[in-house]
Amino acid sequence: MSAFLSDTALLFGRYARQTLRSKFQMLFGALMPLLYLVFFGPLLTGLPLGTQGDSWQVLVPGLLLQLGLFGALFAGFSVIIEQQSGVLERMRAAPVSRLALLLGRVLRDAALFVFQAVLVVLAATALGLRAPLAGVLIGFAFVGVLTTALASLSYALALKVSRPHDFGPLINGLSMPSMLLSGLMLPMALAPGWLDALSHLMPFRYVVDAMRAGYVGDYTGTAMLYGVLMSAALVAAAVTVGTRVFRRAGA
Amino acid sequence: MAIISTAGLTRTFSTKAGPVEAVRGIDLTVERGEILGFLGPNGAGKTTTLRMLTTLLAPTGGAATVAGHDLLRDPAGVRRRIGYVAQSGGVDPQVSVREELVTQGRLYRLPRAEAAARAEELARDLSLTDLMDRTCAALSGGQRRRLDIAMGLTHRPEVLFLDEPTTGLDPGSRADLWDLVRRLRDEYGTTVFLTTHYLDEADALSDRLVVVDKGRVAAEGTPSALKLRYGGSIDATLQDTFLAITGRTPAPVDTTPVAV
Repeated sequence: MSAFLSDTALLFGRYARQTLRSKFQMLFGALMPLLYLVFFGPLLTGLPLGTQGDSWQVLVPGLLLQLGLFGALFAGFSVIIEQQSGVLERMRAAPVSRLALLLGRVLRDAALFVFQAVLVVLAATALGLRAPLAGVLIGFAFVGVLTTALASLSYALALKVSRPHDFGPLINGLSMPSMLLSGLMLPMALAPGWLDALSHLMPFRYVVDAMRAGYVGDYTGTAMLYGVLMSAALVAAAVTVGTRVFRRAGA
Repeated sequence: MAIISTAGLTRTFSTKAGPVEAVRGIDLTVERGEILGFLGPNGAGKTTTLRMLTTLLAPTGGAATVAGHDLLRDPAGVRRRIGYVAQSGGVDPQVSVREELVTQGRLYRLPRAEAAARAEELARDLSLTDLMDRTCAALSGGQRRRLDIAMGLTHRPEVLFLDEPTTGLDPGSRADLWDLVRRLRDEYGTTVFLTTHYLDEADALSDRLVVVDKGRVAAEGTPSALKLRYGGSIDATLQDTFLAITGRTPAPVDTTPVAV
């Protein structure tokens, strides 16, 4: 157990140092949600969105998960590069926990996206977001858990596909429907019945609803419960699959 | 006592076009302190065998013991005792030589201070001391290869696996690397298992050769024994011997019948 923890900390440190060396990587990911905040947020201010809270309380949780969705799903590119340079194989030949090989990388990604989420929330507050602190903190926890799950899945897919020109289109094909069907941009409360029903098949929908509930201070409703259960199930499944792929990678 | 022994080691890949039998049952033993040259034409199954012996690829059949640990039941035990240097190396171009060496030591569970001391020691041994603060991208081919090997030696492995270690090196760097491999064996008793396409390298370096072809062991023995048996004379070139073993050209015409 302690070997697993020190392996994870060692690999997390290696990848965190890489990220810290690249200011570009740290800030650029937050740029897209910031643009949405400034150029899209004001359009929603007076609209009836069919939910509790004002438009910022609806928009910001969606933008944070969008940031996580697009960012974390592309995390796998880095492991394709490591596979081609032989770094991954060298690490797999060492007596390192396979779970640590995954988690060291994934936790760096999760830390990066939570950091970017903080930047987005600060900017949104300047633009007019008012939400309870506890709800905002719960929101960061959702971002952390969801990006851990998505980044694990992304590494698993990247090692299965292993060619960058296949991986890019695959991830685009996954992320677009995920974004649209989960009601990230506008709440599904506005949707016709069939679309609302379809969106219930999309796991992220429950996470978005739970985050929005948190932003209006509703911590004990069914939305929060479903969101927590769905996030836990997603992260457990994705980390299991990811670890298995690191065990066998490159076969 | 053999430090590596395999029995019927097999790997079949399933592809869309049907199963591909990359390795069809390899039996071999390597003695402690031996330098073994593992030869074979492209596609003979050399790298697949190496990847199985280093736990990177699970065999689909057979069994093996490496450095006293069962390959299938205790891969972590095997990993602790072997070093592996892949053909492509395995360092991050953006990271400094020192950071790679220290991190590698930590991956093999050395405490922080020990990992730093070991990195300095390896740098001295492999003439990397002046390069420690450069990024790996700034190294020449020969320097890169020395770093790759230093990475494989971090934990003083009992067995070192080298996959085509001198490919792409200039003649001077190759000669240095040969000296290094001999020194490892002479000073530390390290067993070295190396694949190569250079027959002069195999001839100069190896105590014993194993030639694989089409996923099976086609011949094994000391370089001179193989030359005598397959090349027709102890003065035959290893090139002719190799071609005779793998049947890539007709065997040299010889009046003496081949003793089996």
